[in-house]
Amino acid sequence: MRDVAVVGVGMQEWGELWGKSTRDIFVESALLAMDDAGVDQLGAMYVGSMSPGIFAAQEHLESVMADYLGQLPIPATRVESACASGGLAFRLAYVNVASGMHDVVLAGGIEKMTDVSGGEATHALSTAADMKWEGVSGVTFPGLYAMLAVAHMERYGTTREQLAMVSVKNHENGYSNSRAQFRMKITVDQVLDSVKVADPLNILDCSPITDGAAAAVLMPLEMAKKLGKPIIQVIGTGHATDTIALHDRADLTTLRAVTEAAKQAYAMAGKQPADIDLVEVHDCFTIAEIIVSESLGFFEPGKGGPAVEAGETARTGRIPINPSGGLKSKGHPVGATGVAQIVELVEQLRGQAGERQVKDARVGMAQNMGGSGGSSVVHILEVK
Amino acid sequence: MAVGIIGYGAHIPRRRIKVEEIAKVWGADAPSYKRGLELLQKSVPALDEDTITLSVEAARSALARAGIDPQEIGAVYVGSESHPYAVKPSGATVAEAIGATPDCHCADFEFACKAGSEGMFVSYGLVKAGLIKYGLAIGGDTSQGAPGDALEYSAAAGAAAFIMGADEERIVATVDETYSFMTDTPDFWRREHQFYPSHGGRFTGEPAYFRIVTGAVAGILKKAGMTPSDFQHVIFHQPNGKFPKRIGKRLGFTPEQIETGRVVPLLGNTYSGASPIGLTAVLDVAKPGDRILMCSYGSGAGSDAFVLTVRERILEVQDLAPKTRWLLDENIRFVEYGEYAKLRRKIRLASE
Amino acid sequence: MPPSRSWRSYPQTYRLEAARCKGCGKAYYPPRLICPGCKGREFEHFRMKPSGTIVSHTVIRTPSSEFSGLAPFAVGIVEMDDGPRLTLQLADVGFEEIKTGLPVRLEFRRMYSEGESGVIHYGHKAVLVRK
Repeated sequence: MRDVAVVGVGMQEWGELWGKSTRDIFVESALLAMDDAGVDQLGAMYVGSMSPGIFAAQEHLESVMADYLGQLPIPATRVESACASGGLAFRLAYVNVASGMHDVVLAGGIEKMTDVSGGEATHALSTAADMKWEGVSGVTFPGLYAMLAVAHMERYGTTREQLAMVSVKNHENGYSNSRAQFRMKITVDQVLDSVKVADPLNILDCSPITDGAAAAVLMPLEMAKKLGKPIIQVIGTGHATDTIALHDRADLTTLRAVTEAAKQAYAMAGKQPADIDLVEVHDCFTIAEIIVSESLGFFEPGKGGPAVEAGETARTGRIPINPSGGLKSKGHPVGATGVAQIVELVEQLRGQAGERQVKDARVGMAQNMGGSGGSSVVHILEVK
Repeated sequence: MAVGIIGYGAHIPRRRIKVEEIAKVWGADAPSYKRGLELLQKSVPALDEDTITLSVEAARSALARAGIDPQEIGAVYVGSESHPYAVKPSGATVAEAIGATPDCHCADFEFACKAGSEGMFVSYGLVKAGLIKYGLAIGGDTSQGAPGDALEYSAAAGAAAFIMGADEERIVATVDETYSFMTDTPDFWRREHQFYPSHGGRFTGEPAYFRIVTGAVAGILKKAGMTPSDFQHVIFHQPNGKFPKRIGKRLGFTPEQIETGRVVPLLGNTYSGASPIGLTAVLDVAKPGDRILMCSYGSGAGSDAFVLTVRERILEVQDLAPKTRWLLDENIRFVEYGEYAKLRRKIRLASE
Repeated sequence: MPPSRSWRSYPQTYRLEAARCKGCGKAYYPPRLICPGCKGREFEHFRMKPSGTIVSHTVIRTPSSEFSGLAPFAVGIVEMDDGPRLTLQLADVGFEEIKTGLPVRLEFRRMYSEGESGVIHYGHKAVLVRK
């Protein structure tokens, strides 16, 4: 296996992009990544996208994107693992380069979600749950995470306010991110007073419906060294699954796929939680960030809530979580999210994150999640 | 060979609406309605309840009391004027849900408010003829009354189920006599594709309900060689609180004989479920040896009458499923007209 | 949902049929072909008792399109007395009454239907055990 580096990243502004099509959105970000890497020809590409069939009435997305990115006839693959599609596309691009199959591989992610109604979008996202045995109850994704929240609050005393503080912190971070969908600072009271979605979660506990894409270009480390830029090496990757139905999990206060994927990535990288300088986690809902921060080993079980309250996860805290603004502020075009996390890590490790810059960032982690934790992908990147 | 009821059960939606709440919306005088109909409230089905769901729950209670293997049920009959499908039998879903398929005869009945007793009559006949071992008969409805119409105060939801059989050790009440009485009397009807029924106003009284029920009761008493004083309990069809009292008095029954099975004041008119639910309320408190007369009434119009005698076994099964008085008195929650209008689909939604 | 998709699972949705692994005794709803625990492939099918306990819960206020007419409605994870856990709607309940640990009973209910002309899908919802 070859060592692999990320040599280019790209991400356009996210939001409700009424004037842009699925392919416009993807190609813009992919071209930014290729320009950043200084390449105009790929050996292969992976496109993470959860549900273009429902959101954009378009399947066979890999060929669409290879065509419109001007890369025919390279091998292209669409990757689907619900909201972890982007993270998994990045992992497969890594495996491709590491294996020696291709030298220049693009990992991208795309979702254009706003062309369908809120009810249809909720339905499309619900298909990441167990449609047969959970879906029949009418439970939604906010509903599944709400049940995780109830379990965590009852077992550990995690408070409603601590959930809100995750959102407040991520909006604070995203305020400085020019590509974020919701660049506004909010207060705990605003979160508590916002519209109820699935008790105890309110609308300001939930990541939004977003149009957006992100892309990264990977290359063997030895080739990357010749580019004369900071070398960002992929030092750890992990990927794991869990029961598709939340109700089949014995413990509703932890996420096993996250723990397992992290274990693999830590072992491969030879790192511990204490070695990580910043982490982008999958805060699709505020409770997710708290549970994930525990499952990744940054806090003891039940201490994730108090840690947010104590400011330990702020950009200037002990372990900055989601300096990009996270899914909450930046937006959550589901297939793109996992790749956007990599974009943030690369910019942070290069020292190019501007106002969002985490001090002395040398090792970064990204954690992407599918569904209610039925899959998770974890990566660790280090600047060499 | 004795044939009779070996298991019974009722099911009633939890929600209720008071007469005052309906009267308020239409500017009607609630006290006069309450006096005139002898009705305090009625049951309201939720959006996820219909004749099939109420029937399944009632049937499960009947099975719990009968203690039989549902695979031995040879017939499933659901009587209703609010079958969820115009074409596709309610009974098939009920039979599937309780585990009676596939070795089973199944049909839906409709005869306004007497469709439930029709199922009882037919399943009793099949058991008596030796064609089936057990027969399940259900009367249930989620009936609709047009907004503002007199029927809106009474049209309610509920179901009752009875399993007929001939196992000596299982019979809780023998069926000793049956009699049916019917003529073409157009007192109440609903045409195909119509959401609400129509009725003949005061024509539903004397020439319809009172004439037919009188004929049925006279007929069965004559056939059985009995008089009103032979019975501990009598259950009439009960479209409102007043009709069963009036017909009972006219036929020579005492208020005490009528009261236990007159569940309508707290429940409303459950149509095909009305006299069957009344019978469950009686069986819940009946003592061995009690004689029961039940007489249904269905507009259009006809009555089915039954003479039953309660056996010792009743004491062993009464507590095996929810009792009807508990469903009437305890397991209730009141709703306002707005929620009622939503639940009964009286508000047109954008998605429809 | 096409009628064929709901029809083939009537044994589970109508009659709560589950499968118990003959190797390790763990019960599964719906039945499986291989036991994730002990990898056993022989199962004994049985009908679950319609009773259980609330493990977690929420109130859905922003439903997907199929359930739009029903919202707001409560949903819970219910651990059946026979072992398996199910995600179920909690029917006929005041939202403030719902608590983890409360016993429930499953009732046969309409799950949803495709408009006014489509097939009606039936199944089970949980109601609080009262009295």
